[in-house]
Amino acid sequence: MAAVSKSVIVGICILTLNAFVGAVTPVHPAPTHGSAPAMQRATTTPQRIISLIPATTEMLFAMGAGDRLVGVGNYDRFPPEVGRLPRVGGLLDPDVERVISLKPDLVIVYATQADLKRQLERAQIPIYDYVHRGLPDILQTMRALGDRIGMKAGADAAAATIQQQLDATRARVASLPRPKTLLVFGREQGTIRRVNASGGLGFLHDVLELAGGSDALGDLRQQSVDMSTEMIITRAPEAIIELHYGDPLPPERLEAERRVWNALASVPAVKSGRVHLLVGDEFVVPGSRIAVAADRFARTLHPDAFR
Amino acid sequence: MTIAAFGALAALALLLAPLVGSTRIHLGAVFDRSIPYANNTDAQIFFVARLPRVIAAALVGSALALSGVVFQALLRNPLASPDTLGVSAGASLGAIVAITFDLDVSVGGISAVPLVSFAGSLGALAIVYGLSKARRRGTSALVLLLGGVTLHMVLSAVISFVQYLADFTQTFRNVRWLMGSLDVASYTPIAGALGPMAIAWVGFATLPRVLDLVSVGTESAATRGVDVLRTERIALVSASLATGAAVSLAGPVSFVGIIVPHLVRLIVGSDHRLVLPASALFGGAFLIGCDLVARTIIAPLELPVGIVTAMIGGPVFLWLLFRKA
Repeated sequence: MAAVSKSVIVGICILTLNAFVGAVTPVHPAPTHGSAPAMQRATTTPQRIISLIPATTEMLFAMGAGDRLVGVGNYDRFPPEVGRLPRVGGLLDPDVERVISLKPDLVIVYATQADLKRQLERAQIPIYDYVHRGLPDILQTMRALGDRIGMKAGADAAAATIQQQLDATRARVASLPRPKTLLVFGREQGTIRRVNASGGLGFLHDVLELAGGSDALGDLRQQSVDMSTEMIITRAPEAIIELHYGDPLPPERLEAERRVWNALASVPAVKSGRVHLLVGDEFVVPGSRIAVAADRFARTLHPDAFR
Repeated sequence: MTIAAFGALAALALLLAPLVGSTRIHLGAVFDRSIPYANNTDAQIFFVARLPRVIAAALVGSALALSGVVFQALLRNPLASPDTLGVSAGASLGAIVAITFDLDVSVGGISAVPLVSFAGSLGALAIVYGLSKARRRGTSALVLLLGGVTLHMVLSAVISFVQYLADFTQTFRNVRWLMGSLDVASYTPIAGALGPMAIAWVGFATLPRVLDLVSVGTESAATRGVDVLRTERIALVSASLATGAAVSLAGPVSFVGIIVPHLVRLIVGSDHRLVLPASALFGGAFLIGCDLVARTIIAPLELPVGIVTAMIGGPVFLWLLFRKA
């Protein structure tokens, strides 16, 4: 069962959710960080924090505030320490009673969780909300969140480290040819049907471009594009990176899924054997492991640069 | 003559649709054997991207239209469609289960989703067939109709339950599957669907004359020598097999199974010897046309074909309906 496990997912949630957001709002305002009324109410440094989204959970641990967490989302699984914390639901189905019962002094929510925000405001529980629309937002959120919880130094240091890693990856591949890359988020297993891939918006598009790839659908102002077979052939990607989340697939299954692409023999990526299946949650959680995702993209697209 | 016209329309659609798409291809290059296949993008677009989906559209369109005709006659209800008795919902449930639980099964190169989807339709058919057998002779078709509608609702609830268990990406894929797509990308799933469709066609071939009688009333049909129960079971199994094969191949494609039979009846009258073949031919042509619109109107992106079938079929049907009235 579930090779694509249920675990991952709030990251995936954000990825997919952003796809919808991006599809209808191609021009983004600057992200907002923090709910003003809630922040006004919160006068002390939060000590009992609930993070519903894996991205911010990761960030809290990265900045050294992991010990202040009293609850996490159902799909958090990194770092391993989250396994000891109570679960309080997910992006779409937060368990408000459980949240309130844990007596948090700060709940971190995603900007689209409007109902949860209203309920928490009624319960007089301070909230911090944020939205990620691209790579720059991730480090901005990390710094702003650190500032909000009195961990500015730790957050700035963690963000600076990630920024350095991203800069190093970018520099390593900057002078190399940029293969036209199709970044596939999902498709029907065992066949090239219902392929869903990265368009020209979103943090994964940004990470791909940083890692020395040229997004094959970069001209489409959407975060997620449903592709027809004809579109895949016509776009002629020179490399295909297909992401798999959750539990690792057995090697033979991965190889079988990779071979499925051989049906499209004229696609340059297929001809040259540059179809890569990458397994890892870091690709769908826009958090502190984003530099790891960038590094893996870069190593996949430019292996010679890392020898 | 009328059937010949519908046949010409279907043939025209089959021949022309693969030539048109979001990309311009050169027919000379498509059939140029001197270009290695792996380097022949035009041939790949024609043979991998377009031709399979045009064939799939023809098969799915004709199967759904035929099933619609048969269900409407069998249930003596003009609102009946391939969705009515729950077979379509059974196929959808199978697909949603395969996606949500990432089932890793494959038979003869056919991947898990269409395979489990067809199995789901067979499960639903078994229940509906059981209902029809339990029905006493002389009981109104209304009982079967109500039983089927109830099964449809139960299966829809189970679909919702499985969807509830799915994570966000699986839910996204489930929703997309439920919108239907004819982009089958290979001939293997088509070959898989052909088996049950062929059995259904054999069943349909026995029906035209007796359906005329049964659709008026079972008692009068019986007095004219029709084995009503046998006819109803052949009709039920044939239409269900065709529906299951169509939905497992393309996902649910709305509107074709209810609108095409009525459109055809407006043109050829109610004689099933004309309605059945004409619906098969027009259903195929109609879905090929709708898919052509779906894959070109916002190119390079595509619309789900079910949106197009409703948006084109609905107004055309209303126009024909009120023009005749």
